[in-house]
Amino acid sequence: MWTFIHKWGSPKWFYAMSARLQPWCWAAALMLIALGTVWGLGFAPADYQQGNSFRIIYVHVPAAFLAQSVFVSMAAASLVFMVWKIKVADMAATVMAPFGAVMTFVALFSGAVWGVPTWGTWWMWDARLTSMLILLFLYLGVIALRGAFASRDGGSKAASVLAMVGVINIPIIKYSVDWWFTLHQPSTFSVTSRPAMPVEMWLPLLIMVLGFYCFFIALTLMRTRSEILRREINKRWVIDLAREMR
Amino acid sequence: MTQGQKATPAIAETARPGGLWIAFTATLKRDMTLMFRRRGELINPLVFFALVITLFPIGISPEREVLALIAPGLLWVAALLAALLSLDSLFRTDYDDGSLEQMLLAPQPLAALGLAKVVAHWLLTGLPLALVAPLLGVMLALPAGSYGVLVLALLLGSASLSLMGAIGAALTVGIARGGVLLSLLILPLYIPVLIFGVGAVQAAIIGEGVAAHLAMLGALLAASLLLAPWAIAASLRISING
Amino acid sequence: MAFASLGAFFAMGGHGPYVWAAWGVTALLMAACVIHARLERRQLARLLMRRARRGSTSQPHQASHADDP
Repeated sequence: MWTFIHKWGSPKWFYAMSARLQPWCWAAALMLIALGTVWGLGFAPADYQQGNSFRIIYVHVPAAFLAQSVFVSMAAASLVFMVWKIKVADMAATVMAPFGAVMTFVALFSGAVWGVPTWGTWWMWDARLTSMLILLFLYLGVIALRGAFASRDGGSKAASVLAMVGVINIPIIKYSVDWWFTLHQPSTFSVTSRPAMPVEMWLPLLIMVLGFYCFFIALTLMRTRSEILRREINKRWVIDLAREMR
Repeated sequence: MTQGQKATPAIAETARPGGLWIAFTATLKRDMTLMFRRRGELINPLVFFALVITLFPIGISPEREVLALIAPGLLWVAALLAALLSLDSLFRTDYDDGSLEQMLLAPQPLAALGLAKVVAHWLLTGLPLALVAPLLGVMLALPAGSYGVLVLALLLGSASLSLMGAIGAALTVGIARGGVLLSLLILPLYIPVLIFGVGAVQAAIIGEGVAAHLAMLGALLAASLLLAPWAIAASLRISING
Repeated sequence: MAFASLGAFFAMGGHGPYVWAAWGVTALLMAACVIHARLERRQLARLLMRRARRGSTSQPHQASHADDP
């Protein structure tokens, strides 16, 4: 078990292994998202209340899921980095933050656009949109803090602490915001209970969610590999690798 | 800088269980003394608080009904911003003159010393802000019957604000112009305190029970009291050692 | 198929602008993520190869802190 963790903690090993894993993740992401898109946009029945505008759900909900999951993964990677000093974890956390911010923005934007036909306004201080907005600020804080440090090591550690503090606060923020803004639709999709939507509506949603997760994993692997090269550029194995590439 | 006497093993061994409490109170006393020497900086958050409150009747409307409606939120937001304003200097002077490094070398846990500094900060900013708030409440036509709750909620809430804010202050103390960054890091974390703090005052105005809100504020304070000192200590270490 | 014609598909029952704006921005940003990652990788590969070419003429030592443009 420990040797396994240490192997993955070695940048060189991670670089080699992720190269094998990466194409599968991209293929899965592409297939799932393509399938979900065609199904969700073209074949899923229109909602009896919201009509076709409900098709925004197929990008809004996966993005919102990912926005939260990416923060949790980032905090988990930060914890691994702070406790076991595994540098690859920090590299992964570095590349996760901007992607998480992008996903949060997608969730916010699609939610706002969805609001026009549903609520008749571009912005509603609805519980989920507000939590998403706060989450976006948390992401921006982590990214800004990392960038503000002159030394990379200091920035990494500070961003890790902030990510962990943030992840403890996210549920508190979420529940307090939920409690305050009672004017919101009930959560559309929960993992534990079977959703009230018919199968032909939630199955494409599930496919989209899985596709987005695969996309996240694939993109993180790809960018972590770049980050490894950038940080280990003077290491022997990277120099040898460059010789082989030539 | 005197090479840390505290770091010598002979003294570290004599750090008996009582040493922690002594170090805590000594740090608290020292910080209070230092802050009292700069009285101007002590008054600044209060003046800021009053000034922000003055802006709203001018900016929105001087009508008592309108002001009474928004008073709880205004008082809380202004108090929150005033507390935020004072946070940047929490570790700054100690960082600049090297006494923070001395604390790092002390045999007592840094978390306890950091907590002492936060307590000192709260006693000289959070506490006065909470005590001044009713006065400004009168000016904003805050309905009678909610003043006690306002003070109590601000007392509980501002303590959590100081604790959480200290994490941000510790993270940004090594950065040259960390003031704006500090607010970006900390304000999102302040939202639960704001929600329950305003909730308590509004519940008092409409005559509902305030126990639930105050209990939530207390729970937030307990949680931050338990977790924040460790985060503060870790952040200070990062800021000093890079 | 939930739509009778291609026109109906694009109109989305009158909600076309909203649906397409949300999907379009999502697709655009996700594509931008991929393109950015690819550009980043290509840039690094170019940098590495340049260094390797230079390294083959003069053996690089363990230059751990040398900042290279």
